[in-house]
Amino acid sequence: MKISTKSNPVEVSSSRAKGPLLDTSKINPLENEAIYIIREVAAQFEKPVLLFSGGKDSITLVRLAQKAFYPAKIPFPLMHIDTGHNFPETIAFRDQLVKELGLELIVRNVQDSINQGKVKEESGRYASRNSLQTTTLLDAIEEFKFDACIGGARRDEEKARAKERIFSVRDDFGQWDEKNQRPELFDMLNGQIQLGQNVRVFPISNWTELDVWSYIERENIEIPSIYFAHTRATFLRDGLIWSSDDDVVFRDEDEVVENRVVRFRTVGDMSCTAAVLSEAADIASVVQEIRDSTISERGARIDDKRSEAAMEKRKQQGYF
Amino acid sequence: MEVLKIATAGSVDDGKSTLIGRILYDTKSLTSDKLDAIKKTSKQKGYDYLDFSLATDGLVAEREQGITIDVAHIYFSTQTKSYIIADTPGHVEYTRNMVTGASTSQAAIILIDARKGVIEQTNRHFFINNLLRVKDVIVAINKMDLVDFSEEIYNKIKADFKKLMDKRDYQEQNITFIPVSALKGDNVVHKSKHTPWYKGQTLLEHFEQLDTEDIYNIGTPRFPIQYVIRPKTEEFHDFRGYAGKVYGGQLSVGDEVVALPSQTKSKIKEIFVYDQAYQTASRRSSVTITLEDDINVSRGDMLVKIDDLPAIERQFTATISWMDSQNLVTGNKYVLQHGVNKVLAKVDTIHHKIHPDYSGIEENIQALGMNDIASVTFKLNKPIFYDPFKNHRTNGSFILIDSQSNNTVGAGFIQ
Repeated sequence: MKISTKSNPVEVSSSRAKGPLLDTSKINPLENEAIYIIREVAAQFEKPVLLFSGGKDSITLVRLAQKAFYPAKIPFPLMHIDTGHNFPETIAFRDQLVKELGLELIVRNVQDSINQGKVKEESGRYASRNSLQTTTLLDAIEEFKFDACIGGARRDEEKARAKERIFSVRDDFGQWDEKNQRPELFDMLNGQIQLGQNVRVFPISNWTELDVWSYIERENIEIPSIYFAHTRATFLRDGLIWSSDDDVVFRDEDEVVENRVVRFRTVGDMSCTAAVLSEAADIASVVQEIRDSTISERGARIDDKRSEAAMEKRKQQGYF
Repeated sequence: MEVLKIATAGSVDDGKSTLIGRILYDTKSLTSDKLDAIKKTSKQKGYDYLDFSLATDGLVAEREQGITIDVAHIYFSTQTKSYIIADTPGHVEYTRNMVTGASTSQAAIILIDARKGVIEQTNRHFFINNLLRVKDVIVAINKMDLVDFSEEIYNKIKADFKKLMDKRDYQEQNITFIPVSALKGDNVVHKSKHTPWYKGQTLLEHFEQLDTEDIYNIGTPRFPIQYVIRPKTEEFHDFRGYAGKVYGGQLSVGDEVVALPSQTKSKIKEIFVYDQAYQTASRRSSVTITLEDDINVSRGDMLVKIDDLPAIERQFTATISWMDSQNLVTGNKYVLQHGVNKVLAKVDTIHHKIHPDYSGIEENIQALGMNDIASVTFKLNKPIFYDPFKNHRTNGSFILIDSQSNNTVGAGFIQ
């Protein structure tokens, strides 16, 4: 239990209101911290970008960025590294959100990196394009000369991420030098970098999964439908529920497709995200389900099950 | 819900990671997949018990060497509070990591191995938590199971530690002693059956009853401008908002303020968070402020109340914690970041080195190396607007940045 899920702390609804005004002390301290970090990015960097996956964490980031600069528009674009294996619902949601908020969206495709021969498609039972994203991301950073990339990673997600800074410096090759990170004192953020370096910024570092869900509930933020219970064609493998889509996800003949009522707790590619059995069809039931859950969020990430150090290895190579 | 940040300090093998793992386990914060992974690995390694340190040591090198290298952040929550634990390693670059962890924490746990008692490392851990003015310190006397839960040993360690407390600079710091066994779970979350002589709270009970408002540093309001918001749209044609975070105290609509360094006076017209207007901006909140008058204010400037000015100086003396392998030498220039403001700073005089174990000071110092703590005077190219660290934890601290490497090379606490 993290954020108070009581009604909004303020009764006035618009900046023009003249009603009884309250103080800001009830605002979630994590929200204050995230807004502060996002403003530091806009102030300290020349070409920031917000990495947008269409998942709940990056959707939360968009709301926080709106809050940070209102009534001005978000002063940087969003960028989606599209693996081509996303859930269609996520892509539709992404396009709708960008249109509604009048944001600039850059899309770069992993398929292009494959066509250019820069990366090779994995094969076999566990083939996924998840780790291929890194090359496409690093190329896009170079193409647009981005000096700061804002991402929705959280320290509670995974052990290697628990060691991550809020401003995390990457070298020309996008690499994370985990043993040589800058100390971060008080809330002072040092964004000074050399030409060619860039900084990965994690404004919701200190949020937990439950914090994000509670915030989405409190703020009434729209999220893609796959986060809620729905009927889906699925099959079982290694005790996990896989979404069946024969174009994207490899499936053995003896892996039987069956309709199940499921939802997704974390949304990556279809090939690396497992579903969970769930009846939670609205945000309140999802929050309750997370509260009661005994399994971690990344327990449903097939990509993390490759080895104990799977995430650390990917991060060193420039993965988000 | 309030968030409480706790820093941990202990020497190698004092059982810090085990303590954190124990807290997670006993508060049922370890999810079943993580617990399974711990069980599996503990069994593989042939241990008789669950190695909870596996819950926190995240890097390959850490697991290989069985040590913690870098500050890790661990999260859990109870019905009343959200907790963030900064697990700071106790050996290489220990000062740097501990200063970093303590700088964002309101509470700290200092671990002592009951078999070893107060050792030189303990002095250092206490010194740094006191220097950083961490308000609430728990001295957890660990591995009580290995000394038969002896009250005598506990009292001896407590008495030894109290001798250190007489030497501390920040006397108001709250200090609490708790006998624990992280491995067996005594007095961590649950009360121990083995320590009937101990009438105090468990570690978690202590944190649960802390008033988080009270342990945050309270001072006078300071509002450093982070970013100027100018929408330049039809609807908000003339809007000019100053975005930033309120430190120390609160600011309200109608307050008379002065902008530094220009010393221009004005009044707070409106306070916004997103599209909501507020009467009062509490400390630690990120807001946007508009003023009655159109004055020239930009990033790095500061709004303060008219009758409550900070020091505005181009020279000051600070206690420095040096964090870089390249030495700090008299005459060196650094970028000094004070909050969101940046100026150039030149090392004028190194007065003396302070041994962080309460063994005294060392004079005639020419250079500072990694982990050194010293009293240093700086000269700046432009004035900064500061309060002494003892009055204002945020407005009295700064970092030093090497303009060649761009690394953060030191932290300072203004005297």
